[in-house]
Amino acid sequence: GGAYWVDSQQKRYVPVKGDHVIGIVTAKAGDVFRLDVGGSEPASLSYLAFEGATKRNRPNVQVGDLIYGQFVVANKDMEPEMVCIDSSGKSSGMGIIGQDGFLFKVSLGLIRKLLAPKCEIIQELSQLYPFELVLGMNGRIWVKAKTVQQTLIIVNILEACEYMTAEQRKQALAKLSGN
Amino acid sequence: FMQRGLDSQTKKQLEEEEKKIISEEHWYLDVPDLKEKESYIIEERSFLRCEDLVYGRMSFKGFNPEIEKLMIRMNSKCKEEEIEEDDKMEADVSDEEMARRYETLVGTIGKKFLRKRDQRVLKDDDEDDEVEEGNSNTRPSKRAKKMFLKPQD
Repeated sequence: GGAYWVDSQQKRYVPVKGDHVIGIVTAKAGDVFRLDVGGSEPASLSYLAFEGATKRNRPNVQVGDLIYGQFVVANKDMEPEMVCIDSSGKSSGMGIIGQDGFLFKVSLGLIRKLLAPKCEIIQELSQLYPFELVLGMNGRIWVKAKTVQQTLIIVNILEACEYMTAEQRKQALAKLSGN
Repeated sequence: FMQRGLDSQTKKQLEEEEKKIISEEHWYLDVPDLKEKESYIIEERSFLRCEDLVYGRMSFKGFNPEIEKLMIRMNSKCKEEEIEEDDKMEADVSDEEMARRYETLVGTIGKKFLRKRDQRVLKDDDEDDEVEEGNSNTRPSKRAKKMFLKPQD
């Protein structure tokens, strides 16, 4: 209560502490991975910041992997740091995102719309076919469905949702579910 | 012979004069000092606090059962707050009933924690006289407080 915020549209992401984002591993530097999160700097992720990771039991992370994690440190003076573990030590869905699937970029405003509770787009899409979805606050979405075609359909709908009205969207989905 | 002292005195005088001159030249506001109020404004950069955003990882129609369980868990955390509010609104049991039940409850659970002798005594008393509740309460306690009997040699 008593919170005011300015809602603006932007494409460029600025790392914020506590945000869950999708990062791409660009380099391994000793004990730390460098992740590209779409900000001005690559974020760092320690190999111990995974559930059940010890010095001997290292997570199997390769360059080019997708990681879903949250920021622990994110201010303009320091390099952002990420972890794949929450405050109680559990991963709760964070970590390496599996094989296959499709990663694409949208504007930040759409992400916030999609993450709103009871989002219509998500509800309508979920009626179509089984699929898995990961939304990063940095504007990146990862989709995986059973076939490549289904995956691409979902990607196209999500990308187009930015500019379509609700009616157009329902028409498009009706055509698809008719197929 | 008083040179050093004189020097220090003259130095002090000179310093004081200098200070006077300097302080007169200093600009100062004729306004009373503004107290720094505690700012009640907290700056928050994340949208997480503003809107009730759902967890970012989702799965539909059983594609990834672990993530579906996670969705339920994460989203139920938000709903728990709603459920608590509902309970406060509707009281199924009125306050009077609660008070009545509580009275009898205390008695029954209190009996449970009495030692065995007291329990037997309580039962006898209850059978004998149900009206004099005060007495029945005090009698078992008196009987229970048996002093230690020294074994006679």
